[in-house]
Amino acid sequence: MSAFPSGVASWTAGQIHAGLREKQISAAEIATAALAFAEAENPKTNAYLEFCGERAMAIARTVDRQLAAGTDPGPLAGIPVAVKDVIMTRGVRSSCGSRLLERFVPPYDATAVERLERAGALVLGKTNCDEFAMGSSNENSAFGPVRNPHDPERIPGGSSGGSAACVAQGTAVVSLGSDTGGSIRQPASFCGVVGVTPTYGRVSRYGLAAFASSLDHIGPFGRSVHDAALVLQAIAGRDEHDATSSAAPVPDYLAVLGQDVKGKRIGLPKEYFEGLPAETGDLIARGVETLKKLGCEIREISLPNTEYAVPCYYIIATAEASSNLARYDGVRYTIRARDASTLAAMYRNTRGQGFGDECKRRIMLGTYVLSHGYYDAYYVKAQRVRSLIVRDFAQAFEQVDAVVAPVSPSPAFKLGEKTGDPMEMYLSDIYTITGDLAGVPCMSIPCGNTPVGLPVGMQIFTRHFDEAGMFQLAAAFERSSAAAAP
Amino acid sequence: MKISPEQAAMVADLANLDLSPEELQRITHDLEEILTHMETLNRADTTGVEPMAQVLFDAAASPLLRADEPRPGIGVEGALSNAPLSGAGHFKVPKVIER
Repeated sequence: MSAFPSGVASWTAGQIHAGLREKQISAAEIATAALAFAEAENPKTNAYLEFCGERAMAIARTVDRQLAAGTDPGPLAGIPVAVKDVIMTRGVRSSCGSRLLERFVPPYDATAVERLERAGALVLGKTNCDEFAMGSSNENSAFGPVRNPHDPERIPGGSSGGSAACVAQGTAVVSLGSDTGGSIRQPASFCGVVGVTPTYGRVSRYGLAAFASSLDHIGPFGRSVHDAALVLQAIAGRDEHDATSSAAPVPDYLAVLGQDVKGKRIGLPKEYFEGLPAETGDLIARGVETLKKLGCEIREISLPNTEYAVPCYYIIATAEASSNLARYDGVRYTIRARDASTLAAMYRNTRGQGFGDECKRRIMLGTYVLSHGYYDAYYVKAQRVRSLIVRDFAQAFEQVDAVVAPVSPSPAFKLGEKTGDPMEMYLSDIYTITGDLAGVPCMSIPCGNTPVGLPVGMQIFTRHFDEAGMFQLAAAFERSSAAAAP
Repeated sequence: MKISPEQAAMVADLANLDLSPEELQRITHDLEEILTHMETLNRADTTGVEPMAQVLFDAAASPLLRADEPRPGIGVEGALSNAPLSGAGHFKVPKVIER
């Protein structure tokens, strides 16, 4: 074990592969070390809600048996991974960050989790998140906020705050999050890690607690483009349990990572840079310079309907949420209000007592925009505007190969800074929700720190199903940034 | 955008949410602010634009449907495993039919 790096925090997937192959370490030893480290470090961030050591050990033993027998243990063999709590894990509590599901133990695995484990990954535990993935700061979790590993006074972003924080903190090598309106890319940016939202339909949503089904995505976090691509490779592809999952072939993502990006056409949407604070804007500008040095051709483009993205998103997402969350009624899912004598009162009281503030606000908003007399003015109007936003991206991709933009107007904010004003919180999602509305693949890649040391991510969007092109660009950028680092 | 207390109560009723008077008042205030912001959408010209329910891709050559044959599911026990109250293979709820 001596040649193996001592702390989980610095392990890469490549080192783990080499360590296992050269018999410097066993998968069981990795599981033991990673769990001990994660459990000891967790109080600093509250990133994990639950550990599942037995489950990780069971897979580790299988991996070790396969290695001993000389069979392939899978592309993720021995890699410690964390899974957002809105993604179901059979026999392991999956609370979705909600009081309502505090004792919920799913009887099945999400397809993404099943595929991770089939590839040999060690699921260490479940990560904290905003309740039912609704939030941008992780402060809406019923089990306390997550603290940003770079500054404990600040939020890690949300809603996949725990999944981003544990990768940044080094208590997992990679993780799974979910993104409905920026919930992977924004925390990745705030925590200084890579976060990927694949094309809508690229990864099965089976076993992801539904928030807004037409916008929900599962995607990976990693400390490098390589590690995130490796995870996506394992979980992507058609699944018969999700009719919206795509049968489009999944190319070899790792094969493109080393290719150069000379001549790639990059579009900078002017609407994303207007009024962008210098704190973030300067770092993005430097990132664009790096792309230019790599031989990319940079040009300004327009995504003219960007200003409508926030209202469009918050109508569609809450409308779908009000319907999806109707199932939590006290009949099937663990918690039931005690003080109800009629069925109707039982529904109402259970939901009134179980949901937190943000869920109630969104259920109310979604119910309102779908209600008689308002449906056309809000919901149908928003769906028409969504078509315009999709068209914006389609037109952009006729001119360029990738769109590059900020992830968020600011770096991580302080705990409590925006909780009093929901609209202000929603507006901070402006640059990420367009990707979800259009269903295009997008990601956040670290592009430096602000003068006070807070990470800032740069966003890359590519055409539907062109994750390979996105990874190729991100990997070239990552190499170039690493070479330029002091 | 103004929402009357009666309107707000009606929406809570439709959503099956029991809210305290304070909660209802706070949420109503938030909704008013959010809906005001949503009026921005009225500026978007959507003449002749179709509403989009889901990001749609070109349809596959063959339908993505599996063969219609029975398969094992999670079973009654699995389905009931998280029920707050169950018995005899069923979810139990407060009485809905008076006899």
